[in-house]
Amino acid sequence: MNVTTENEITATAAFDVMRYRADFPILGRHVHITSKSPGRQLVYLDNGATTQKPQQVIDAITHYYSHYNANIHRGVHALSQEASAAYEAARETVAHFVNAASAQEIIFTRGTTESVNLVAHAWLRSRLNAGDEVLITAMEHHSNIVPWQLVCEEKGATLKVVPVNDNGELDYEAAAALLTSRTKLFAFTHVSNTLGTVNDVQRLTAMAHAQHIPVLVDGAQAAPHLRINVQELGCDFYCFSAHKTYGPTGIGMLYVRGELMREMQPYQGGGGIISHVTFEKTTFVEGPLRFEAGTPNIEGAIGFAAALDYMNAVGLPAITAHEHDLLTYTTAQLEQIEGMRIIGTAPCKAGVISFVVGNLHPYDVGTILDQQGVAVRTGHHCTQPLMQRFGVPGTVRVSFGLYNTRSDADQFITALHKALKMLA
Amino acid sequence: MSIHEEEQEIIGEFEMFDQWDDKYQYLIDMGKSLTPLSEQFKTDDRLIRGCQSRVWLHSELKDGKVIFAADSDAIITKGIVALMVRVLSGHTPKEITEAQLPFIDTIGLKEHLSPTRANGLVAMIKQMKMDALALQAKVS
Repeated sequence: MNVTTENEITATAAFDVMRYRADFPILGRHVHITSKSPGRQLVYLDNGATTQKPQQVIDAITHYYSHYNANIHRGVHALSQEASAAYEAARETVAHFVNAASAQEIIFTRGTTESVNLVAHAWLRSRLNAGDEVLITAMEHHSNIVPWQLVCEEKGATLKVVPVNDNGELDYEAAAALLTSRTKLFAFTHVSNTLGTVNDVQRLTAMAHAQHIPVLVDGAQAAPHLRINVQELGCDFYCFSAHKTYGPTGIGMLYVRGELMREMQPYQGGGGIISHVTFEKTTFVEGPLRFEAGTPNIEGAIGFAAALDYMNAVGLPAITAHEHDLLTYTTAQLEQIEGMRIIGTAPCKAGVISFVVGNLHPYDVGTILDQQGVAVRTGHHCTQPLMQRFGVPGTVRVSFGLYNTRSDADQFITALHKALKMLA
Repeated sequence: MSIHEEEQEIIGEFEMFDQWDDKYQYLIDMGKSLTPLSEQFKTDDRLIRGCQSRVWLHSELKDGKVIFAADSDAIITKGIVALMVRVLSGHTPKEITEAQLPFIDTIGLKEHLSPTRANGLVAMIKQMKMDALALQAKVS
């Protein structure tokens, strides 16, 4: 995928980042305020962990609780009907955001992690037998490793792993060889949370589908940065979390392509998912509600939709281009630093830059950056096998959001120089 | 020097620093000056749980006093470890287990640490006290 088409470059020029920044109240705050110090202006570069929320999202949640809080899909009264309508409208918004064929293909979950677990238990578990295989890649987040590992252990199946090369790109030929008649599912990330590598989902999906192997795509790090079109990608399952796309925590989505949802068993039992219960037998409703037992995260769904509306209003191509500019601008400055090793140098990257400097511990660098108001992530980023692959205990990771500026990047670089000087 | 006197001395040293970077530079320098733990002691059973960076603690009893040696793969953590070793090493198990360590709050060590590091510091102190108790039990 080429993310710098001519249209998108034009979009960058017109991107009024200061206007969008004003929508995020938290970006104005200072950190490390003490009796002696006014603190430091926050430079938030940990968007890969979670994004900040625009006022529009905060208002949507407040408005729900102030005006139409009620349980959904149960009450005959006006508030319940308004809340139910808003919850289902949110499902439509999510479906539209990923270009699903229907809102009935969207299940609300607690986030990407629950989405993966849901597929592991509600879909894969009953299909997996001893000797079968689940294929993942070496760049997966723990949440796209462990759920499969647990089911494989239980069933006597094997987890297979597509390797990555020194640039942090998948070995597509190895993937082709690892997809066999034993493979029951191919699960991989769209964008690596540690390396920033954008994987060719269409190509990988086509390879799997040629052998009738279903595909799950972890979109947690892609949805904030790239336009997602599940029909074009062709995958069977796609998931991401709202809190990484400027929405609230505790809610996310799972897209399940068409007829596949009918092959899934209920994941958790409870209210709201049944059509009839006796002590002998329970029959379940059809569609996504079947997988949303209990009172769901209603304000979460409403906030999620408000966040996606916000991203749509800003415009995905413009966001992609703006963040790509920040990525190349910052990378160029990092490359000037002696001893710098950027982990993840694929030509097509989105959102994040991971690095180590000399033999400095990422925690030390992160701590000194933090004291200067610069928020980054340090550690293994829940990708320990990938850290082993690159022979580092962890990295410092800067990750961009639509509200970041070149000035943020400059302040980060200045703070980094100070950290390196202190730690030298 | 007693534990209390050692604490007072550190408080005095920290009082000279107005700026955050001076405090951190001090911790970094303390970390660099701490005698590295011999590789044979960097074993998993000497790792302190609760620290994000790796911290090893080796304890032994010498003439009734506990001698601590410690190390970390992160230099700021190592500086904090060095402070703790400086305060607690060379004292009796009883003195160590009873030490309240008010200097930690006085110099604002916790507020300059991220919560995970602050938890790591708590884990570190707990381990030092437990080691002291265990060494005492061995002798008596």
